Amino acid sequence: MASYSTNEFKRGLKVMLDGDPAAIIENEFVKPGKGQAFNRVKLRNLKTGRVIERTFKSGESIEAADVVETEMQYLYNDGEAWHFMDQETFEQVAADEIVVADAKPWLKEQDICTITLWNGAPLSVTPPNHVILKVVETEPGVRGDTATGGNKPATLETGAVVQVPLFVNEGELIKVDTRTGEYVSRVRE
Amino acid sequence: MNWQPKTTLQVLQLRAALLAQIRGFFAAHHVLEVETPILSSAANTDPQVENFTTTFAGPDAAQGRQLYLHTSPEFPMKRLLAAGSGPVYQICKVFRQGEAGRYHNPEFTMLEWYRPGFSHHQLMDEVEQLTRLLLAQLDLGKSEYLSYQQAFEQYAGLDPHQANCEQLISCAEQHGLKGVTGLAKQDRDDWLNLLMSHVIQPRLGQQRLTFIFDYPASQAALARICPTNPLVAERFELFLQGVELANGFRELTDAAEQQRRFLEELQQRAHNGQTATPMDENLLAALNYGLPDCAGVAVGVDRLLMLSSGASEISEVLSFPIGRA
Repeated sequence: MASYSTNEFKRGLKVMLDGDPAAIIENEFVKPGKGQAFNRVKLRNLKTGRVIERTFKSGESIEAADVVETEMQYLYNDGEAWHFMDQETFEQVAADEIVVADAKPWLKEQDICTITLWNGAPLSVTPPNHVILKVVETEPGVRGDTATGGNKPATLETGAVVQVPLFVNEGELIKVDTRTGEYVSRVRE
Repeated sequence: MNWQPKTTLQVLQLRAALLAQIRGFFAAHHVLEVETPILSSAANTDPQVENFTTTFAGPDAAQGRQLYLHTSPEFPMKRLLAAGSGPVYQICKVFRQGEAGRYHNPEFTMLEWYRPGFSHHQLMDEVEQLTRLLLAQLDLGKSEYLSYQQAFEQYAGLDPHQANCEQLISCAEQHGLKGVTGLAKQDRDDWLNLLMSHVIQPRLGQQRLTFIFDYPASQAALARICPTNPLVAERFELFLQGVELANGFRELTDAAEQQRRFLEELQQRAHNGQTATPMDENLLAALNYGLPDCAGVAVGVDRLLMLSSGASEISEVLSFPIGRA
């Protein structure tokens, strides 16, 4: 397997750390005037999400990880696996419930998501920054009530529950910021 | 936009003012400014420092002569001292292969000076005086002076001169440095350096100048071993806000001892698989002739400028850091 030496360390580099794929978040060159040089590195374990600090003697190497980020189209899910397709090669991958856990509320069929693959298998799924989803259940809004503040919960077609303004009705489309889970705006069809 | 400077006009002006202040200080103290060549046929034999190399081809050098860019002006300045120059200082660019990062640029500015007749403590006082002058706008408290041993006892809880490797490794682990990749268990100085740079150094120089003096004899570099305590070398360093600013010594004047150290370094380089570098025979000849008893110090001018301007990276105080050179 390929490896990287400390001189190649940089943010975003994908490496193997204690058997797990990890990404370098920070790399600092530390060298006293008359002493050995070290690299102080912060890494994110791509499987667990935890941040780890490691120090390397300069000149050491670390195993490279076969981790790639790619855009794939979300097709559908059958309750056990969520299926994505590469639109250029038509190759499909199936991600399990754990891998899609954070993305699940925002996955809409045909949306393009960013999939992180490790040795070809899905490691994580990131939905697009915004998603447009239909409100399937919410308390009725008062017609014309666009001025009053206040929010109410609304259940979306994916099962996600989002706080929306009082004027939003069942059957309407709303735009949600997937990174915060917050209502952004209503969308006219 | 790579053609543009990374720094600001304000920082360029601060640098000009800093250089003028340094020159004013030494003029008032009757220390002579000198220029010595950046190029040399000799190199640094220290396994931890690498020279840039280049070739001169021309008159008297038809086959091409290999030359090295200096990592410090030390050797020719000592030759000047042996020739009777008296106290001298130099502000020049120095070059270190492989060093780049938040506090490192492979090409950087060094202020180096030598004081015949000074002990390393007297020179520390002068460094303190100059640094306070240059960083007058920072609110620095009373300066702190700690021996290497005191610093380790205070911040790492062990005696650096007595602790064995297992104890050093265990101390490193206690401070969150688990399994440093590539550090062999027997590299005692490497472990001391690791503890110094990762555990102790970040705590030094908090809102005041901290001097660490009397380094272990194994880390003497070109310093004289303390005549009353063979475990320590008469060497000191200055830290501010956890940043290493200066490295000073009571200079080694014994030619035989200096040669022995060069040879030991060359052996270490061979052991590490590093290229053999030519030691400075001219320096040894000057020492043989007689180097006056003196203390010398090297100061990182760019880092001084970083601290005085509030920069968080060295590239912010350089007109063009290496990536834009």
